[in-house]
Amino acid sequence: MKQEILFQMKSPYRDDFKIQGFRFGEGEKSVAIVGAMRGDEIQQQFTCSQVVKNLIELENEGKILPGHEILVIPSANHFSMNINKRFWAMDNTDINRMFPGYDKGETTQRIAAALFDEVRGFKYGIQLASFYMPGEFIPHVRMMDTGFQNVKLAKKFGLPYVLIRKPKPYDTAVLNYNWQVFDTQAFSIYSGDTDTINKESAKIAWFSILRFLNSMKIIDNKIHDGFNSCVLSDNELETIKSDQAGILYNLRGAKDEVKQGDLLAKILDPFTGAVRSEIYSPVDGTIFFAHDKPLIHQNTLMYKIVKF
Amino acid sequence: MIKTIISEGLPVDEQLLIRKKVIQNGTGPKRICIVTGTHGDELEGQFVCYELTRRLNENLRFLDGTVEVYPALNPLGVDSVTRGIPTFDLDMNRIFPGDKYGHLIEHTAYEIIQDLRGADMVIDIHASNIFLREMPQARINVQMSKKLIPYANLLNIDFIWIHDAATVLESTLAHSLNIIKTPTIVVEMGIGMRITRDYGNRLVDGILNMMRKMKMWSGPISKEISKPMLSTTGDVCFINADVSGIIIPSVSHSVDVKKGDLLCQIVDPFEGVILQNILSPVDGVVFTLRTYPVVYEGSLIARIFSKSACIEDL
Ligand SMILES: [Zn+2]
Repeated sequence: MKQEILFQMKSPYRDDFKIQGFRFGEGEKSVAIVGAMRGDEIQQQFTCSQVVKNLIELENEGKILPGHEILVIPSANHFSMNINKRFWAMDNTDINRMFPGYDKGETTQRIAAALFDEVRGFKYGIQLASFYMPGEFIPHVRMMDTGFQNVKLAKKFGLPYVLIRKPKPYDTAVLNYNWQVFDTQAFSIYSGDTDTINKESAKIAWFSILRFLNSMKIIDNKIHDGFNSCVLSDNELETIKSDQAGILYNLRGAKDEVKQGDLLAKILDPFTGAVRSEIYSPVDGTIFFAHDKPLIHQNTLMYKIVKF
Repeated sequence: MIKTIISEGLPVDEQLLIRKKVIQNGTGPKRICIVTGTHGDELEGQFVCYELTRRLNENLRFLDGTVEVYPALNPLGVDSVTRGIPTFDLDMNRIFPGDKYGHLIEHTAYEIIQDLRGADMVIDIHASNIFLREMPQARINVQMSKKLIPYANLLNIDFIWIHDAATVLESTLAHSLNIIKTPTIVVEMGIGMRITRDYGNRLVDGILNMMRKMKMWSGPISKEISKPMLSTTGDVCFINADVSGIIIPSVSHSVDVKKGDLLCQIVDPFEGVILQNILSPVDGVVFTLRTYPVVYEGSLIARIFSKSACIEDL
């Protein structure tokens, strides 16, 4: 393993900002893995650190197969993470809305450009991603329907689900999309959490990455097969929104199997505790996403359910 | 009359309310909308809303048609010094046209579009951000330029910036309205978190001037309506910081500069040394100037409009 500084920038008074890369093996640019790009992506950073730890062990055992280069970048935004901010410490811009970047542009465009310069040209790109709504997911691989996506490969992660979704206008500036445009097979891994560490779900995520590397014959590390992933598109998910605002009392969460008519959650009056609304499942299925903050707005996404 | 276009529950004893003021007189069918406060830290539009409403209230007899004023599309942001939508951490100008069946924010965006749909003109007022001061200017997508430039020329601004179509910008309010044939001009002026009274008065004069041409206003108008420069007659040069440090300005905003003039210095207060002298690469007018002193590598320092090409483009 070679630890390298891929990008460095002086700050007026803080320590230098650096993006560090961990490079394994030599040869074909096989896979690039990117962890936290937002300051709250702590689960993503943790997951990535475990990937690095495992790859160091595999390398010591000679189990990184010859002819492959693997680059892991656990963090591209610790300047925000260290001060509990989500977006760039100075101007609050989102690095993951700046790709492919511009090396003569604004600071976060330069960071994106430097990062993209390092990770482009790899055969596979894996990003540990987070969702903009607070909540918990079933671990899944997400791909954008760009016409370049390869669902068969996504199933090699062995996660329960592969979700295909149509890109929105802002997606043209995210890493995953730009990877695909520049001929990298790109995958976003959602392990469930963001600003807290859930070791169980993180483990599912880093195992899935090792499983993928093994099945692409980049490493030699046989682990159990994982799931035969179910492929979904976003519009096949049953969406439940809140009909009231208040205190959210969740009875069921992500990964739970539910029957039509099961009580999923209650929304309580924040003054009297009276039940304002009871949320029932409209279908038999598995909860794919669950809002998990204790307060809920009216008309807000609460659950996404995969129908059986 | 104040109309509520959105009312949705927040967790504890509060509604998210988005409201507009409707000022109507006569029988004219024309309707214009003044919207602002999408970015909660941009407040220049607040004075425009106040001043336009005040002048219309005092001279209602001259109005023939409807003026709708939306001072805060992002009321949670304006009232809490937050640029994006609080709790969702989203840039509200990246969620349009929204979704009728979407969650709170997407649905709100959808309802805003439905409410503005069909207006004869929408002026979407922005105030840069807390870092940069902007000369009063219109920003127009090249695809809409033929239709919108004649209106922008009436607004008493200094500059019309025709920009390329970018997919990212398709999720802005202005783009979403323009593609459903509701003409919308983005005005950028001043600086975040402040009100520049002079700019506000100028834009109100400009809006009344435009209303006069649209036959909605028969009252007095300012005799001094400025004729804006058009970006396509020259080149826009971007000047970014090469080093991180503290900037000390040397020129003021909106001035003409010559090639080689000192715009500002980036200094190191520890050592008492100059890290970079930032010189103008061209002859032109400084229409954007950074006022926030702390910069990183890449921070935008200035934009200069020049009749000659920017050196970097050659
Ligand atoms: Zn704005």
